[in-house]
Amino acid sequence: MAEVRAIVLRAAGINCDMETEYALEQAGAKAECVHINRLIEDKKLLEQFQIIVFPGGFSYGDDVAAGKILANQIIHHLSEPLQKFIDDGKLVLGICNGFQVLVKTGILPGNGSAKQEAVTITYNDSGKFEDRWVYLAPQTGKCIFIEPGRQIYLPIAHGEGKVVTKDEAMLEELKAEGHIAFKYVDENGEEGDYPINPNGSMGSIAGLTDSTGRVLGLMPHPERHVRPTQHPRWSRLYKIGGTRDEGRETRDADGTTIFNNAVKYIQKNF
Amino acid sequence: MKQWRFEVFNRAGFADVHGASVLEEIKELGIHSVEAVQSATVFLIEADPSTPRLRSGQAALGTGFDKDFARRLGKELLTDPVCEEYYIGRSRAPAGLAKATLIEVHLKSGVTDPVAESVMTAIADMGVEAGNVRTARKYVLLGDITPSQTDTIAKKILANDCIEEVVIGNEAEPPSSHLKPYELQIVHWPIRDLDDDGLIALSKEKDLFLNLVEMQTIQKYYQQLAKEPTDIELEAIAQTWSEHCVHKTLKSSVDMSIDGKQVHFDNLLKETVFNATKELNKKWCISVFVDNAGVVEFDEDSAVCFKVETHNHPSALDPYGGSATGIGGVIRDPMGTGLGAKPIANTDIFCFGEPDKKLEDIPKGVLHPRRIMKGVVAGVRDYGNRMGIPTVNGAIYFDDRYLANPLVYCGNIGLMDKHKCFENPQSGNLVIVVGGRTGRDGIHGATFSSGQMTHEYETIFSHAVQIGNPITEKKMLDVLLQANKVGLYEAIADCGAGGLSGAVGEMGKELGVEVNLEKVPLKYAGLNYTEIWISEAQERMVVAVKPENLEAIMKIFDGENVQATVIGKFTGDKKLTLRYNGQEVAKLDMEFLHEGIPKYSRKAVWKTPQLTEPSIPEKNNYNKQLLQILSSYNVASKEWVIRQYDHEVQGNSVVKPLVGVNNDGPGDGAVIKPKFDSDKGLAISCGMNPMYGDIDPYWMALAGIDEAIRNLICVGGRVDRIALLDNFCWGDCTKPETLGPLVRAAQACYDGAIAFEAPFISGKDSLNNEFSCEDGTQISIPSTLLISAMSLVDDIKTCVTMDAKKASNLLFIVGETKNELGGSHYYKIHGQLGANVPKVDLETAPKIAGKISAAIADGLVASCHDCSEGGLAVALAEMAFAGGLGIEADLRGLPKAADCSRIDTQLFSESNSRYIVEVEPGNYDAFAKMMLNLPFGQIGKVTEEKTLVIKARDGKAVIKLDLDSLKQAWQKPFDW
Repeated sequence: MAEVRAIVLRAAGINCDMETEYALEQAGAKAECVHINRLIEDKKLLEQFQIIVFPGGFSYGDDVAAGKILANQIIHHLSEPLQKFIDDGKLVLGICNGFQVLVKTGILPGNGSAKQEAVTITYNDSGKFEDRWVYLAPQTGKCIFIEPGRQIYLPIAHGEGKVVTKDEAMLEELKAEGHIAFKYVDENGEEGDYPINPNGSMGSIAGLTDSTGRVLGLMPHPERHVRPTQHPRWSRLYKIGGTRDEGRETRDADGTTIFNNAVKYIQKNF
Repeated sequence: MKQWRFEVFNRAGFADVHGASVLEEIKELGIHSVEAVQSATVFLIEADPSTPRLRSGQAALGTGFDKDFARRLGKELLTDPVCEEYYIGRSRAPAGLAKATLIEVHLKSGVTDPVAESVMTAIADMGVEAGNVRTARKYVLLGDITPSQTDTIAKKILANDCIEEVVIGNEAEPPSSHLKPYELQIVHWPIRDLDDDGLIALSKEKDLFLNLVEMQTIQKYYQQLAKEPTDIELEAIAQTWSEHCVHKTLKSSVDMSIDGKQVHFDNLLKETVFNATKELNKKWCISVFVDNAGVVEFDEDSAVCFKVETHNHPSALDPYGGSATGIGGVIRDPMGTGLGAKPIANTDIFCFGEPDKKLEDIPKGVLHPRRIMKGVVAGVRDYGNRMGIPTVNGAIYFDDRYLANPLVYCGNIGLMDKHKCFENPQSGNLVIVVGGRTGRDGIHGATFSSGQMTHEYETIFSHAVQIGNPITEKKMLDVLLQANKVGLYEAIADCGAGGLSGAVGEMGKELGVEVNLEKVPLKYAGLNYTEIWISEAQERMVVAVKPENLEAIMKIFDGENVQATVIGKFTGDKKLTLRYNGQEVAKLDMEFLHEGIPKYSRKAVWKTPQLTEPSIPEKNNYNKQLLQILSSYNVASKEWVIRQYDHEVQGNSVVKPLVGVNNDGPGDGAVIKPKFDSDKGLAISCGMNPMYGDIDPYWMALAGIDEAIRNLICVGGRVDRIALLDNFCWGDCTKPETLGPLVRAAQACYDGAIAFEAPFISGKDSLNNEFSCEDGTQISIPSTLLISAMSLVDDIKTCVTMDAKKASNLLFIVGETKNELGGSHYYKIHGQLGANVPKVDLETAPKIAGKISAAIADGLVASCHDCSEGGLAVALAEMAFAGGLGIEADLRGLPKAADCSRIDTQLFSESNSRYIVEVEPGNYDAFAKMMLNLPFGQIGKVTEEKTLVIKARDGKAVIKLDLDSLKQAWQKPFDW
C-alpha cells in the first residue's frame, strides 16, 4: 500500500497544526507541518503530498477578516500548485480558519467566480467567540471525507463562523448542487436556533464541499475529537454509572472518521 | 505620497454586529435617544502612484498604486464580497430624518496597529508597495444626542483615551505618525550634591519610585565614582530595584506584633513560603523560586512549569490592553524558563467591583466595573485564543473594594524537556533580541505598577499601557521552539517588566554585558537611548547565542519572518555597558545594580478584630436563601466568560471547565493531557476567598490552599505531587496594619504547605493596590491571596467530574461540618460578616485528601465535588443540576461538630476539607472501608425526580426545589 503523505500548512497565527498532524498520523498518514514560506520558495514541494490540511488558528491575526490575509497570500503565490493538486485528484481539508481561507480564496464552494462572490463566512450572530460542542448531520454522499448517515459530535471555537450567501437563491443552489457537507443539528438530528446553530449560519451550514467531493471545509474541529476522553461527557458515557465501560472506550471518537476516510481514499486511489 | 481613504461598511441586509453591540452599551449607559449605530472600518493608505508595481524577481508590472489598483484593493482585500461594500474617500452621513453624529476613533501616534501591518503585507503580496497604512473605526450614531452625550459615548464606550484619539464630526483627521529621527544627546541627572529633599524631589520628578534610603545609597555610589549618573543609569537602577522586580517588601526584615506579641523575621519570604519548600525538599521539584516559573518533574523526559502574574494597574486604565498584555506577558515566562517551555495551558482569575453598580457611584478616574470586566475578558480571550493556548481554569470574585483596583491574575503552564531546565550564558555569547520591535509603549511599567493609583493616573501614566500583538508572539514562539529543539542558544529571557533593562540586565548579572542601543529595531523613529532600554514593548525575548550558532539560528528566524537582531555581547567584566552610536551612555557595576539595594525593615501589626456572630432567626425552609446564594455573583455560572475562551485548542483537554449532562456545570479543577503519546495528565486548580481575610488572613490563606487542593483531588489529581503557587495582592504595605495581614497569610502558607507536603514552587506579589479618590478618600483592596495548584494524574481515564451520574447511586460526605459561617455567602446575603471563619484541621485535611484521591484512582467514585462558597446546599444543588438528576439528602447523615446544631449552619457553613462523593451501591463496602477513621457519613442518594430535597431533624424537607429553578437562579446573573 502506498504511503499516504499529508501536509499541514502553517502560517503566522496558525495554532491547531500539531493536533491536526497527530490526528492524521493516528489515521495512518505520514503527516508533516510545513510553513507556507517553504511552499512559496519551492513550488514543487506540494507535489510530494496527497492530502493538504489548512488547520485552525488566527492566520495573520484574522486582520481585515478571518482568513483573509492568508487567502490573499495563497491567491497571489500558490494558486497554480494548489489548483494542480486539486486537479490531480488529491484531497484538501480546511478546518475552522482553514475553512475560512478556502472560502475566501474561492476554492470553496468552487466552480468559478459567481459563487466565490456569493458565499462568505462572517461574524457569529452572538457577536462573540464561542467554544461549544455541536452535532453535525452529513448532507451529502459524495464528499469522500464523510461517512454517510453518521451524525458526529465536535467542538467549535470561533468568532467568525456564520456561513452567509448573497441571497436565498444561492443557498438553494448550494443545496441543489450538493455543496452542503454538514449542517448543525440537535442530538436528535433536528435543525434549530442558537445554540444548536451556534453562529447563525444560513441553512445551518457547518461545512461545505466542492463539486468534486474532494475538498471539505468545516468550522468544527474534528482533530479535537480523536480520543474518547476529549468528549465533554466522556466520564458519563464511558463510565456508565461510574464504572468504566471498556467497550465504549474503544469506539472511534467522531472526529477520526474524517481523517480515516481521507487516508483510506488515498490508499485506494493512489 | 498620496493618501487613499477607504471606508468599509456592511451592505444593507447584513447585520452590523459591532454596531449593534455598541448600541446595546449606549443603552446600558442610560442614553436612550440613539436609535441606531452604524460602524465602519477606515483604512488610510499612503502610496506613491509613480512607484511601479513589482513582483519579486520579476519585471515591473504596469503603473503603481493608481485608481484601478485602489478599486481592486477595495474589492479583493478590504471588503467581504457578500456582506460589505467600500467607499473611496469620505462618505457623507446617511440621508434621512434622524440626526446623525459621526465619530472616528484613531490610534494615537506610535501605538501599534497590527491590522495595518497585515494590510501592508497583503498589498505587497498583490505586487504593490504602500508607504504607510493606518486604520480607524468610524461610527454613525443616529438619533438626537447632545454634545455632552456624544462625549460620554466616545469616552466610555468607543475609545480608550490611553491609546486612542477621538475625532467628532466630519472633517479632521489626526496627523500621520511620521516622527523625527532621534539625535543623540547624553543627559546627566546630577545627584552628588543634592540634600535629602533634593533626592526625594528627583525621584518624584523622574517617576523613579525610589525612597530616600535608596536615593542616598545611589548618591553614595556616585560620590565614590566621582561622577554624575546619566539618565539611563538612574532609570536602570530604578527599574532593577522596583518593588515589581525585586519584591523588596516580601524580602524585607519584619518586626511583627501579633495581638501584642512580638515576632521577628530577617527575611519574611525566606522564613515562611520558601522555607516550607526547603524543608519539604521534594526531589521532583527541579527549579523553584529562581527562574521565571517554578519547574517540577512530569515524567522521565519532561518537566512542567507554572507561573501566575498580575497585571492590575494597566488593566484598571485599559482593561482590554492591560489584560491582553498580562496574559501575553505570563506566557513568555514559561517560554523564558530554563531553555524554554512550550505553553500548554492558561489560567485566569479576576477580581472586580460588582457589575450592577450605579454609574454615579463610580469614583472619578475609574471605569465602570462592567466595562472593566468585559474589557478584561475580551483581552484575555483575544490574546490567549490567538496564541493557541487553552484557557482551562479560573475564577472571578466580586467585591466593591476592587472597584478602582481590579485584580487580573494570569497564569501559564509550560511543558519542557527535563534536561533543559537550566540556562548557561557564557562570555562571548551574542545578545540577540527576537520578536517585536521596540516602541514607546509601556515606559515605566515596572515602576508604575509599584506605586499607588490616583484619579489622575489616567492621564499621567497613559504611556505605561502596553499594546499587545499575539500573532507576533506566536510567530516568535514557533521559531524559538525550533531553535531550542536543536540547541542553538545558551540562555533565554523575556522582556517583561523593565524591558531590555530587565531581561539583558538579569541575564548578564554574573558575567557583564555590553549593548549597542542603536541596533535595537524600533517601531518608529525618535526614541532616545533611555526609552529603548526601558520600554516594555511586548512580544520581545532575548537569547544568548554562541557566535558559531548565529547563522543557523538566524536562518530559523528569517525562515518565518521573525525579526532578530544582534545588539551586544556578554563580556565577563561584570559591568553593564550601554552605548549609542559608539558613545558610552551607561556603565554600572552589575554587583551594585543587582545587590546594592538597601535592605528594608518593616513594621507589621495584627490585632485580632473583635467580631461577633449575627443572630439570624431559624426558619423552616431555606429555598429562598439557597436560590439567593446561587444567584450571587461569586457563585453564579461563569459560562458567559468560559465559552469565550478556547479551552480545547492543542487537543489536550480531559476535564473541561464546564461539565455535566448539558456541558454547563461548574467543574472543580481542569485536567489536561500534555503529551499526545502518554495518558499521564496534569490537574490544574485555584483557591481564593478574600471574604475570610476580613476576619483573619491566616485562615483565609489556609482556606485558599485547602480549596485549591480539593479542586485537584476532586478530578483525580495525586495527593503526593501537589505544587502550589502564591500571588499576594495587597494594599499599601508601608502601613503596618496592612503588612500585618500579609505576614499572617505568609505564615499560613508555611503551615499549609508543610501539612499537605505540597511545596510552593513560584510566587509573585502586587502591593500598593490602593486608590486615592479626588476627595482624598483611600480605597484599598481586601487582602487577597490567590493559591494556584497543579498535580499529576497517573492515568487520565480514572478522572471524574462533579455532575451526578446515575439515579440510585449513594452520596457520601467526607469531612466534618462545623459552626463556621464567618465570611460565608449565607451571612453575605444577610449583610453580615460574622466571626467564625472556616479553619483547616491540618492533621485531618491531608488525610481526607489522600483517601479521596485513592478512592478515585481505584475507580470507586462516580462523581466528586467539594463544598466551598455556599456550603453543602450549594454543592448538592450544583451536582444535581449539572447531572440533570435529582438528589435526596438528609442532614441527619452529616458528620458534624457538637456546636453545629442549627439547620442553616449545616446547610451553608463553609467548613473546609469537605468532599461530596457519589458511589455506586456495589462499591459501598470498598469505599466505606477506605474512609474508616475519617469523619464521613451517607447523606443521601441520586434520584430520577428532577428535584433537590434536603431533609432535616424530623424528616421534613428544609429545601425542596426543582432543578430548573436552581439552575436558572445560578445562570441568570451572567446571562449577558
